[in-house]
Amino acid sequence: MARLAKAYIAGIFEHPTRKAVDKTVPMLHAEVALGALADAGLSKHDVDGYFCDGSLPGLGGMALAEYMGLDLTYTDTTETGGSSYVIHVGHAMEAIAAGKCKVALITLAGRPRAEGLQKLGARARGEDSPERGFELPYGPMVTNLYAMSTMRHMYEYGTTSEQLAWIKVAASHHAQHNEHAVLRDVVTVEDVINSPMIADPLHRLDCCVISDGGGALVVVSPEIAKSLGDRCIKVLGQGAGIKHLNGGRFDLTYTGAAKSGPIAFAEAGVTPADIDYASIYDSFTITVLETLEDLGFCEKGKGGALVSDGNLISGVGKLPFNTDGGGLCNNHPANRGGMTKVIEAVRQLRGEAHPAVQVPDCRLALAHGTGGQISQRTGAGTVILGSNDA
Amino acid sequence: MSDRIYPDPTINLETECYWQAANDGKLLVKSCNACGKAHFYPRAICPECGSPDTTWTEATGRGRIYTYSVMRRADPPYAIAYVTLDEGVTMMSNIVEADFDNLSVDMAVEVMFGQTEGGQALPLFRPARGI
Ligand SMILES: [Zn+2]
Repeated sequence: MARLAKAYIAGIFEHPTRKAVDKTVPMLHAEVALGALADAGLSKHDVDGYFCDGSLPGLGGMALAEYMGLDLTYTDTTETGGSSYVIHVGHAMEAIAAGKCKVALITLAGRPRAEGLQKLGARARGEDSPERGFELPYGPMVTNLYAMSTMRHMYEYGTTSEQLAWIKVAASHHAQHNEHAVLRDVVTVEDVINSPMIADPLHRLDCCVISDGGGALVVVSPEIAKSLGDRCIKVLGQGAGIKHLNGGRFDLTYTGAAKSGPIAFAEAGVTPADIDYASIYDSFTITVLETLEDLGFCEKGKGGALVSDGNLISGVGKLPFNTDGGGLCNNHPANRGGMTKVIEAVRQLRGEAHPAVQVPDCRLALAHGTGGQISQRTGAGTVILGSNDA
Repeated sequence: MSDRIYPDPTINLETECYWQAANDGKLLVKSCNACGKAHFYPRAICPECGSPDTTWTEATGRGRIYTYSVMRRADPPYAIAYVTLDEGVTMMSNIVEADFDNLSVDMAVEVMFGQTEGGQALPLFRPARGI
């Protein structure tokens, strides 16, 4: 019997650019918005709800609503870093279920490569954030923060660099088929562990790519989905959570997925064993490993064994993940990867992933976003999606 | 000694005692008179129970490395760490006066003070020497 859904993802679009020297950020937003609406078979005049993160040009979504000419009665600017867009899907589902909007547009765009690292640094947010004085003098960078989670996971569970490397290897096997991917060469475990050490124990190839671009999603009510046809994907469950340093009492071997995952699975009424395909946020290899454990794909501490020996490679292993090449090889637009996680899950459920990586009879998928830094303050968003006949 | 330049911390009315004490060579933590728990970073209102009855206490300055990472690409390389103090709370810091290749999780460390660009004393940790 087919499951009921409160909302459907009707349209997706991933910007093909990876370096946007000739575009402004608002242009990118408009391009991905129009791309996703065209994919859905809708126009911008159908949109009544707009969802975006807090890093947009202008205050909240207002400047971009004006730029794109949207006529809105609902908006949500939830900002949890790279997990924002996964949470936006959940919030759009709830708003639609409550009758507050019918066509929700979610956009992400940015150009960290074109703008250069200097601007990225100058953009450093949170000048007045309360923890700042107790962290900034010690040189926290993104890499050494994720490295500290890795080091602790290795200490407690014996996780190895070789096991983590398998995650990059799997992503690279998928990325070879993606013409837009930043890194298309297949790599080996040896390639990863022999790449330069950035912040031990993380090597260069344990890190994701930096790319410009963006993406968009259109989430619609069941009535509108019915009129649009079979390419609409069910949103079956969603969960969110924030994890932080808790006044100085914390455990870095898990992420916010330990909170968001069980909520999403319970709402969807499914378990990790039911999932045919998983999009897992992959800012670094460790992000994937801890998240898979936290979502219940294996016991805590056993993630190293789970990801080894090609188990994440589509057509090879039991848990195909990030078949677009993920953030590790394909795209990490604006340093925020949650959007592309949802997009590839929708492609899989539609049967529209690249044939070389398409999961046969893919009916249930999970997309997970991780925001901020898993060793400081981190946001988590999980959605469980189903194909039209799931 | 390291050539590393430490940026100045942002200091506000909730945290100025901490930084003044650092200039006197003391590491302070905030403790709560209502629930009895210490917390870090220091706040006026206890994040555990919500009580405003919080008080400064001097830490022993001893602790263990909860986790760390050496930033190999930086010039000079530096070791960021979370150090769990004897008082039970864990704080971010840097490990100094150490062979970075011989650091380990759970290593005993002790506080010492470096100087930021603007001359503020900054709590750092080195491998424990005493005892
Ligand atoms: Zn208290």
